Amino acid sequence: MAFISSGYNPDKPMENRITDIGPRYYEEFYPPIIKKNKGKWLYHEILEPGIVVHVAESGDELYAIRVGGCRLMSVSHIREIMELADKYGDGYVRWTTRNNVEFMTDSKDKAMALKDDLLSRKQPGGCYKFPIGGTGASITNIVHTQGWIHCHTPATDASGTVKCTMDALFDQWENMKLPAKLRVSMACCLNMCGAVHCSDIAILGYHRKPPMIDAEYIDKMCEIPLAIAACPTAAIKPAKYETADGKKLNSVAVNEERCMFCGNCYTMCPSMPLADTEGDGIVLMAGGKISNRIDAPKFSKVVVAFIENEPPRWPTLTKTIKRIVDAYSADARKYERLGQWAERIGWEKFFEKCELEFTHHLIDDFRDPAYYTWRQSTNFKFT
Amino acid sequence: MVEFKHKTPKIDQLETGPWTSFVSDIKREHESRMENPKGIDFQFNQNCCEDLLGVLELSYEHGRTHWKHGGIVGVFGYGGGVIGRYCDQPEMFPAVAHFHTLRVNQPMGHYYTTEYLEQLMDLWERRGSGLTNMHGATGDIIFLGTSTPQLEEVFFELTHNINQDLGGSGSNLRTPSDCMGQSMCEFACYDTQEFCYQMTMEYQDELHRPAFPYKFKFKFDGCPNCCVASIARSDLSFIGTWRDDIRIDQEAVKAYVGGELKPNGGSHAGRDWGPFDIQKEVIDLCPTECMRWDGSKLEINTPECTRCMHCINVMPRALRVGLDRGCSVLAGAKAPILDGAQMATLIVPFIKVEPPYDEVKETIVEPIWDWWMEEGKNRERLGELIKRQGMQKLLDVTGFKAIPQMIQEPRSNPYVFWKEDEVPGGFKRDINEFRKYHQR
Repeated sequence: MAFISSGYNPDKPMENRITDIGPRYYEEFYPPIIKKNKGKWLYHEILEPGIVVHVAESGDELYAIRVGGCRLMSVSHIREIMELADKYGDGYVRWTTRNNVEFMTDSKDKAMALKDDLLSRKQPGGCYKFPIGGTGASITNIVHTQGWIHCHTPATDASGTVKCTMDALFDQWENMKLPAKLRVSMACCLNMCGAVHCSDIAILGYHRKPPMIDAEYIDKMCEIPLAIAACPTAAIKPAKYETADGKKLNSVAVNEERCMFCGNCYTMCPSMPLADTEGDGIVLMAGGKISNRIDAPKFSKVVVAFIENEPPRWPTLTKTIKRIVDAYSADARKYERLGQWAERIGWEKFFEKCELEFTHHLIDDFRDPAYYTWRQSTNFKFT
Repeated sequence: MVEFKHKTPKIDQLETGPWTSFVSDIKREHESRMENPKGIDFQFNQNCCEDLLGVLELSYEHGRTHWKHGGIVGVFGYGGGVIGRYCDQPEMFPAVAHFHTLRVNQPMGHYYTTEYLEQLMDLWERRGSGLTNMHGATGDIIFLGTSTPQLEEVFFELTHNINQDLGGSGSNLRTPSDCMGQSMCEFACYDTQEFCYQMTMEYQDELHRPAFPYKFKFKFDGCPNCCVASIARSDLSFIGTWRDDIRIDQEAVKAYVGGELKPNGGSHAGRDWGPFDIQKEVIDLCPTECMRWDGSKLEINTPECTRCMHCINVMPRALRVGLDRGCSVLAGAKAPILDGAQMATLIVPFIKVEPPYDEVKETIVEPIWDWWMEEGKNRERLGELIKRQGMQKLLDVTGFKAIPQMIQEPRSNPYVFWKEDEVPGGFKRDINEFRKYHQR
C-alpha cells in the first residue's frame, strides 16, 4: 500500500486550497423530466405499493419506484444501484429522507421491468437487496443512527434492531393495510440524532446506570468544569481522589439519585463511561408525529420503560412493536395516526389494547413537562 | 470464496429474513476489497470491513459499544465536517483502529447522477472503508471510516476533482436539509431546494467553523405535512404555506365521490375500507369544520381554514394549495437532550420566500444568532435559550410584534414582568413623598 498523494502538500496547506464551495448545485442532478416540470406537478397516485406516478400539468408522467435501503451502504451496493439507474432511469436516482432509494423513469413499462429486476436480486442469505414498498398507509424504512457499528455513546445497536424490526414488520412495508402511515424511527441513545421523539413508534437506546469515574485519568483527560456543567440535573460535583500511593487528584462525584443517564458528562469527558451490559437497553415510545395534518405535531410518549438488549434478533422488542402495530391496525379509523388513535380511545385503553404493562416509570417526573401530563380531571375510563 | 478471519455467529443471524441485510452488504464489500479486480491501490486498510464486523460481533457479545471518543481530527481551516473515531480494541481489530467519519454536504433533495456517484464511490473505495451512510440523520452523505492521513487527501480530491464540499459537525450550523419540494411534489409551496441551497452557500463560514454555543439546524419543508421533520428537529424551521383559497376542481371532487378516483392517492389500497365517504372522510375530519359538501359542490370557508393538509392529501386531484404562497417560520425545536424535547414555536406566520432571501437572513437568522451567541450557554440549543430568557426576549431581538398566532393560549398566571419603561412614571419613587400621606 503505497501512499498516493492527491496533490495536497502538507508543507503548504493553503496552496491551491479550495474551501467553502458548498454542495454541487442540485439542478445538475435533476432528471430532464423533473427539470422540465418542476413546480408544475398536478397530482400523484400510488399504482401499487412502492410505485408512484407523478403527473404534471404538461401531461408528462414520472414513475418512481421506492426501494428500502440500509442506511449503511457499501460502495458495491451503491454501484449496483447505479447500474440499475443507468439501465432503467437514464443514470438518475434519488434517496428519500427515510433512507429509501427512489428510481425514476418516464415509462410505465420500464418501471414494471425494473420492479421485476429489483425483486429478483437477493443477498446470499436470502434477504432482498431491493425490497419495494413504503408508500401510503404502510410502514416505511426506519430511520436510525449508528449504534454499535460506529458510535461512542450508544446503549444498543441501531442497524441490528432496525433489521429485526423491519423483518417483523415486512408485511406492513410491502402492503398498504394500515389506517394511516406509520413511521418507526430508531435512535441508539438519548442524543437522538434524528427526530425519533416525534415518531409513531420510536425505538430508543437507553442507559440505566450512572457513569463510572475513571478517577486516575479524569484529571488528565477532561476539563472537569465542563463535565460538571454538562449535567442537566446538577448531579455532578468536584471531588478529590487519593491514589494508592497517596497522590491527591482532582476528580468528580456523582449524586446517583439525580442521574437520568443522559450521557452528557461522557460526551464532555471520556473518563465517565456509563455503558453496561445489563444496564443498557431500549425504551419504546409511541404516538408521535411531525405532520400538521388534522391536529398538531406530537411528541412520542414512553410506553415501555425498558426492554433488555437481546442481540442478535431482539425478540422481545420486535414482538412488542408488532403487538402495538396489530392493535392499532385492528382498532384505528381510516386516516387516524397511532397517536390520534391513542388519544381518542384514551391512553388507559391504549395500554389495555396493546397488552402493555403500565408501570410507575411511565409517569413523568422530569421538571415542568411532568405536571402537564398528569390527569387533572375525573374523566377517565376503567380498564 | 474469501475467508473471514473473525467468527461472527451472532451477527450472521442478521443475514436472514426479507429486509435487506447490512451484514451481508459489509461482507460483500470485504470480498470486493479482497478480490480487488480493478487493482486499486487501497489507501485505507484493505481488511477494514471484516474487522468492522469483528468489532460489531464483540459488541453483540458484550452488549456494549467498542468505539471511543473522537479526539481532534479535521481538515485544515475547518472545525466541522470530520468526526474522529477510534476502536477501543485496536490490537484485535487493527484495520479499524482509526475509523474517522467525513460528512459530505448532500446535494439538495438527494438527487444524483450515476456519474457523480461514481466519482464519490471511486474516491471512497480508494481512500476510505468503502462504507457509507446514505444518508445521515441530518441529511449529509456520510463517508464512514478512514485514517487521519487520508482526511486532507479526501478533502483535496472532493474539492478539486468533484467540486464538492464537506458538511457540518460540532457546534456550528449543521448541513441544512430539505424535502423534495417542487421537484416532484405538487404540495410544495416554495422551492425548498433553492432556498436550502442559497442558505447553505450564504452561511459557509458558520457551517465549517464552529463558533456557536451548540449545533444549529435549518430545515425546509415544502408544506405542513413536514416530510423532513423540520418542526421537530430544527432550530429554525421553514414550512411552506399559503394565504388564499384552496383551489377546487369540482368535477374531480365528484369523481372522488363517485369512486372513479382513489382517495389519498391510492394509499389505502391494501385493505377494503368500503366506498369513499366524503362526509365522513373529509368534511367531518376537518379540524376547523370549515368545509361543506351539499352533494354536488364543495365549499371551503378560507378564513377558518388552518391549512392542515388533510383534505388536500385525501383528494389531491381535486384540491390544490393556494397561489399566494410562502412559508411559516418556527424556532427552537430539539430532541430531549438536555432539558426535554421541544417542538418549534411559530415566530413568523407568513413570509414570502423569494431569492435572495434577504428578509429571512436579516430579520430572522442573523438577529437570532447574535442573541444566541451572546447569551447562549455552552451546549444550550436555541429552544432552551428561548425557554430560559423568555419568548419576549426573542421578540425583542427580532423585532417581531407579538400576535396570537404565536401561542396556543394566553398565560394562566398573571405574573407579568412589566418593564420600567412600560409603566407611566417608571419604577423610581420617593418614599418621603409617599409617607406624607401614609403613616408608618
